[in-house]
Amino acid sequence: MRAGSLRLPLRLGRRYPAFGLGLGVVGLWLLLALFAPLVAPFDPILQDGTIALQPPSPAHPFGTDNFGRDVLSRVIWGARIDLQIAFLGVIFPFLIGTVLGTVSGYFGGLVDTVFMRILDVVLAFPFLVLMLAIIAILGPGLASFYIAMAMVGWVSYARLIRAQVLVLRGADFIVAAKSLGFGPLRIMFRHLLPNAIAGSIVFSMSDAVLVLLNGAAVSYLGLGVQPPVAEWGVMVAEGQGFITTAWWMTTFPGLAIVTLALGFSLLADGLGDMLGVRE
Amino acid sequence: MTPPLLEVDDLVVHYPAGGMLRRREVQAVNGVSLRLEPGETLGLVGESGSGKSTLGRALLGLTPVTAGHVGFDGKRVSGRDRAGLAHLRRNAAMIFQDPFNALNPRQTIATSIAEVLRVKGEVPPAEVPARVAALLDLVGLRPDLAGRKPHALSGGQCQRAGIARALAIEPRLVIADECVAALDVSIQGQIINLLIELKARMGLAMIFIAHDLAIVRRLCDRVAVMYLGRIVEEGPTEAVFSSPRHPYTAALVAAIPSLDPARPLPADPLPGEPPSPLALPPGCAFHPRCRLARPECREMAPPARHDGERITACVLSPDEITTTQPRSMEP
Repeated sequence: MRAGSLRLPLRLGRRYPAFGLGLGVVGLWLLLALFAPLVAPFDPILQDGTIALQPPSPAHPFGTDNFGRDVLSRVIWGARIDLQIAFLGVIFPFLIGTVLGTVSGYFGGLVDTVFMRILDVVLAFPFLVLMLAIIAILGPGLASFYIAMAMVGWVSYARLIRAQVLVLRGADFIVAAKSLGFGPLRIMFRHLLPNAIAGSIVFSMSDAVLVLLNGAAVSYLGLGVQPPVAEWGVMVAEGQGFITTAWWMTTFPGLAIVTLALGFSLLADGLGDMLGVRE
Repeated sequence: MTPPLLEVDDLVVHYPAGGMLRRREVQAVNGVSLRLEPGETLGLVGESGSGKSTLGRALLGLTPVTAGHVGFDGKRVSGRDRAGLAHLRRNAAMIFQDPFNALNPRQTIATSIAEVLRVKGEVPPAEVPARVAALLDLVGLRPDLAGRKPHALSGGQCQRAGIARALAIEPRLVIADECVAALDVSIQGQIINLLIELKARMGLAMIFIAHDLAIVRRLCDRVAVMYLGRIVEEGPTEAVFSSPRHPYTAALVAAIPSLDPARPLPADPLPGEPPSPLALPPGCAFHPRCRLARPECREMAPPARHDGERITACVLSPDEITTTQPRSMEP
């Protein structure tokens, strides 16, 4: 890696400490996930009944679980799945909500009324209950989780963007764009969206925290990632029965969730400062 | 005789002003007729709330027109006919009051101008950068400013960029809505000189919306004075300013501050404030504030009287308008 490519993140980190710290934490998990086969000392799904439920030791720093699997290796491999959950669970709602919110806010009238009523229907149900219902219909698994996230999560982005678009719609540069004969697609996506999106980008970071916890919760309930795949939510669920005798089974994946969520929170906070958005 | 470039017939613009139980309407423009010849500059003056900005936007089809019609180049613009509007928008551009708000804050000024050229599609893509550079040069912006975003420019530079973007479509008509009101006085002068120069060089017709009469006098061939959505007086700029024929114009002219401290302003040139455009007074809209109002002014709006090039909407004859002495005034 060239030294120059590190200079910008370092400079930003000094000016915005929260952003720098968040970037560091999330970056660290990203590297661990990326190089999991090299970093993890053991195979995450290799079972060995002779060393089941061993407390943390130099050979197994995070201990072993009830099947004798190395908890450290499982936490490192789990980062792959959980980062994927955070990314895919945010990106689809983000894209859908942004497009619908922009269209709704720009055209107003009937289009807006229809979109907003659909949104009200989605909001009328408790978030997790609606998601679990969708996953239950589609069948357990990560794909169902992403579909459910996309169907439920877009409402926050749509509302955020729509509010911004409503403010900007009357701005002179939008009037100017109309008077110059620009088409509605150009006005929406070249002129309105770039000026309306900062708040959503910041929100997407704090949303990643919620998605991560939702993913863990759904997996904990047995509707998300299926064993024996290492995922932090699943690991917490598996360790639940041993919480009094083998605390390390739940504590370390739990800490992993906490640190990654904290990293995203700090990123959101720092991005808010950088982009001049205050929520 | 060549047809006028822009022809406005009895234009009315009302828009809803909310109100849950009683639907109320802002009567922004109430029957305005105008003609603009190619290359001519018309000043549109009046107090804030007189409907001059709404009129400017309605001309470009940016505000729905309630009644009346706008013709451009002999083609009808208003109404359902999209072709007329498209033709107008390819030939008319607007310059805005707040230069920082008129340009997309996320685009560099070169991008903003290039976008106009690309959308209009008359300049081959390969020649767009050269054309952008030429436009920036035309409005007196250094080439190294091209890559800046609006917030990194001064107000004057930004307004020049806005003018360059307006000129990018090679307009025959420019509508300038209070385009110098937000600028420092010294910058105002520069922008006005730029507009005068461009007008002469490109043969632009211009509608110059302003409340600063001194600037209008410097720039405009003709002037139309608006009061509560109506044109109360119209005519050649010098004639209107030196011998106003409507009491409102007379009051406005008397209220122009002078640099000469020996000539004080009238103590109270125009009493009161204009009535709300939500509830226009019957008859002549100006009668509640008019010192010379007669009983009949309450009854009916005075029709526009044509006298040569001058049009007046007042029942009084010209010599009945008392005014302060015609004054010489250099901006």
